[in-house]
Amino acid sequence: MARIGVFVCHCGSNIAANVDCAAVAAAANQMPGVVYATDYKYMCSEPGQKLIQDTIREHRLDRVVVASCSPRMHEPTFRRAVAAAGVNPYQMEMANLREHCSWVHNDRPLATAKAIEIVGMLVAKVGRDEALRPGRAELTKRLLVIGGGIAGIQAALDVANAGYQVTLVERTPTIGGKMAMLDKTFPTLDCSACILTPLMVDVAQHPNIELRSYSEVEQVQGFVGNFKVTIRQKARYVNHATCTGCGTCWGKCPEKAIPSEFDQGLGKRTSIYIPFPQAIPNKPVIDPDHCRYLGYRSAYEEQVASLGLTGEEAAKYKPVGPDGKKMPPCQICQKMCPTGAIDWTQKDELIEQEFGAIIVANGFDLFMLDGSHEAETGQPVHPYYGEYGYGKYPDVITALQLERLMNASGPTGGEIIRPSDGKHPHSVVFIACVGSRDDKVGRPYCSRICCMYTAKQAIMLKEHAPETDAYVFYMDVRAGGRSYDEFVRRAQEVYGTHYLRGRVSRIYRKGDRYVVMGYDANIGRSVSVETDLVVLANGATSARGSVDLMQTLGISYDQYGFINEAHVKLRPVETNTAGIYLAGCSAGPKDIPDTVAQASAAAAKVCGLFARPYIETEPTVAEVDQRKCVSCHLCEEVCPYSAVTFVTLRDGRLAAQINPAVCKGCGLCVSGCRGRAIFLHGFSDQQLLAEVDSLLAPPLTLRLPELVPVD
Amino acid sequence: MNAANAYAYFPGCSLHGTACDYGQSTEQMCERLDIELLELEDWNCCGSSPAHMVNPWLALGLVGRNLRLAGQTGLDTVVLPCAACYARFKETQHALKDPETAARIEYVAGGAVPSDLKIEPLLGVLGKPEIRVKLHDYQQRSLDGLKLAPYYGCLLTRPSEVAQFDDPEDPQSLDELLKALGAEVVSWPGKVSCCGASLPISRPELVWRMSGQLLAWAAEAGADAIVTACPMCHSNLDTRQGQIRRAGLGDYHLPIFYFTQVVGYALGLDESQLGIGRHLTNAKGLLGRRRPVVTQAG
Repeated sequence: MARIGVFVCHCGSNIAANVDCAAVAAAANQMPGVVYATDYKYMCSEPGQKLIQDTIREHRLDRVVVASCSPRMHEPTFRRAVAAAGVNPYQMEMANLREHCSWVHNDRPLATAKAIEIVGMLVAKVGRDEALRPGRAELTKRLLVIGGGIAGIQAALDVANAGYQVTLVERTPTIGGKMAMLDKTFPTLDCSACILTPLMVDVAQHPNIELRSYSEVEQVQGFVGNFKVTIRQKARYVNHATCTGCGTCWGKCPEKAIPSEFDQGLGKRTSIYIPFPQAIPNKPVIDPDHCRYLGYRSAYEEQVASLGLTGEEAAKYKPVGPDGKKMPPCQICQKMCPTGAIDWTQKDELIEQEFGAIIVANGFDLFMLDGSHEAETGQPVHPYYGEYGYGKYPDVITALQLERLMNASGPTGGEIIRPSDGKHPHSVVFIACVGSRDDKVGRPYCSRICCMYTAKQAIMLKEHAPETDAYVFYMDVRAGGRSYDEFVRRAQEVYGTHYLRGRVSRIYRKGDRYVVMGYDANIGRSVSVETDLVVLANGATSARGSVDLMQTLGISYDQYGFINEAHVKLRPVETNTAGIYLAGCSAGPKDIPDTVAQASAAAAKVCGLFARPYIETEPTVAEVDQRKCVSCHLCEEVCPYSAVTFVTLRDGRLAAQINPAVCKGCGLCVSGCRGRAIFLHGFSDQQLLAEVDSLLAPPLTLRLPELVPVD
Repeated sequence: MNAANAYAYFPGCSLHGTACDYGQSTEQMCERLDIELLELEDWNCCGSSPAHMVNPWLALGLVGRNLRLAGQTGLDTVVLPCAACYARFKETQHALKDPETAARIEYVAGGAVPSDLKIEPLLGVLGKPEIRVKLHDYQQRSLDGLKLAPYYGCLLTRPSEVAQFDDPEDPQSLDELLKALGAEVVSWPGKVSCCGASLPISRPELVWRMSGQLLAWAAEAGADAIVTACPMCHSNLDTRQGQIRRAGLGDYHLPIFYFTQVVGYALGLDESQLGIGRHLTNAKGLLGRRRPVVTQAG
């Protein structure tokens, strides 16, 4: 006969406010198999755990029910506690009296009665719990970092410096991310390039880091310690092994007017290009959408096929472009390349690699007023903030565009000029919270960086041209970092930036200037500011394609496409999936210091994981009773983790087999199995039916002690 | 009846009264464009300001009854030239989404209220591609050389989740319409600003200031006239220019047109047919002053 102990937790007043915990313990004492039951204020605290352990020893308990909160947070805590006192951790059950009872009810007697029933179910189950031991799996000590911004760079360097192998996957042709586009960084006004580019070089030269730029994660399988990842290396049409990055090709490329993504459309690039001079890798790729030869080639193939040309005719055929003229076969880069690195035969390549852990650092994108950031979320794309005239007025620009204009290596060499006429602005209006803290545009959250970068840009503007007037329309100044408020104050008091508290209602053109109409809450009236340039402080949204990536990884994300942390406060760099960590803006907008801190924290978690000799796997997995298996393959079909394989038994029959290292214990195969041949450890039919039985037919008439109301 | 171009038509009180020129030009214009308007029989007030300020159920119920009448026509769309009527109709349709509210509306309206009727402002009908083609084919006079300030007012596009018409802050439908007729559309900040609405009775100075601001912006932008889609806006802008002048808030003589008058004129209708002589601020002759070559496509 099992000797069960029941420990009822008050959780401060979280449970005790609506549940009479002493009454629950008293009732539990009468349940079959229970030799001891008690209640305590904080069962998870050190004295609480000690109480459990002392009681186990004193009463020779071999099963434990902890009636407290959801197992999500504290199941590992109590498993460790009972194991230390000699009870098998899988013969400990948690009865959830908090989320499932006290938090959702306010009728104390009824909630107490329900709490007793919940405890009764778990007492019935725990008596039938078998002793389980965790399994072991190999641990591949190689890290995959997704995203080559400052978060990914920092995490990759930290883990690589600890002596582990790292693969860094970056979607664009260069690492560096958004930080590489910035001019200066707040609040110290360090030059962004000066602090970032050396780290980029470190990544490129680190013996433990394999850099995969222009690549994307295509598929992820496996589990912590044993991820199998398929990476798509997009075709660059340049052999990076032989290319020296000399620059002859992009100097000669005739396609020179492609808006540069890196310069936010303000500068131009060629179709064979590096995004910026300090790019890493410092070797070009060819943009297939703009390359003349690749356009020629696909038009040739298409037109030859549609015209049905063959042989010599096909060989002599010259394709015709959309303008009706014969297309040029160009290939100038190939002719000019001194090392013969241009390779037109390249195709996208799928690379399969094994990793023990993954850090997701896919960053963010700007909220765009044309709605283009919604394009991949499946939401309707429509323009926002029509009153600002973005897209209509060339001198209404985004903050990142101004950043490029201010940057010494930007399209204007650091000169701040108006895109419309190239003149220096004498007055600039900044508008904060564009796409932040605004339910109307579906972004109720604060983007956290805009107040600070706006103050920084106002200061930089004054540094460039001290006589320029700067105005900032803001809702609140949120400058809650070290030396942040002082920085904003400096923008106001030392640099004389005019801060107007209120929203902008309209911007319109007046001659070649603009009038910004808004409300100044500090003086309680509408104001108009005539200006030359308007800078919008666009908020941050999740990175383009973020939802697809989260689904590929199988991690949970919120309605805005940001990752949900495993625990907001206590596990801020872990996802809900073991072995997958996060850093930076992938889990919500962050500034550079927070991003770097998170990246290093995630790296520490990975190093902690890699320091183990092997992975312990959960024993609560499914197992096939091969005598009963009729090999119908249904389990194989329903298994989301591909854990089922089929083996030939000695008598020649085929039977299913479940890989315990891959199985997650979801139970789909168990309920799917027609012959009831599959069994889930820790959740057997007997255990679950015992729970149901206890609910339908209470084993004894519980005599409830009189309930004492609180207060 | 050509069902494709036939609409249930709710003129509202203005188009039969203070804005009868809007009503007249609406009917004339639609006739030219082969748009058939079937005026609801025995329609009642849309529940605008007087009702919805006092009793929301009455306001919703009044539209409820009108929607019932519209439903009985068998047509799928009810078209409203007046922006205030449009706002009340859309507001009621929005309220009908909640079953409990719908039940109360039906109680007040005295029977089942259809919730799936399409409710469109007249301006929206003119944006339809097939009407645009007709506009192009039937146009007899170009508005080339006219500088017009398109004025949508505050009710037509907002609140956007209720009105569901055009961009709430930078609408384009009237801009596009006027451009299609050859007019130059000025860029001005007043597009969707408030004219002072129903406040001229209780706080006339406020209306002078707000409407005066609109006139000032339009004049500053170099507009020859303001084109509206709302009887209330028209009334404030057209009839208050004298008061605004006497209050020392600016000396304006800016003609205020309904868009139907401008479109009607382009379609070859005469000023008298369009009620252009009824304005307090003289608008006669402006459209004709720069009468350019008659264009006839095809």
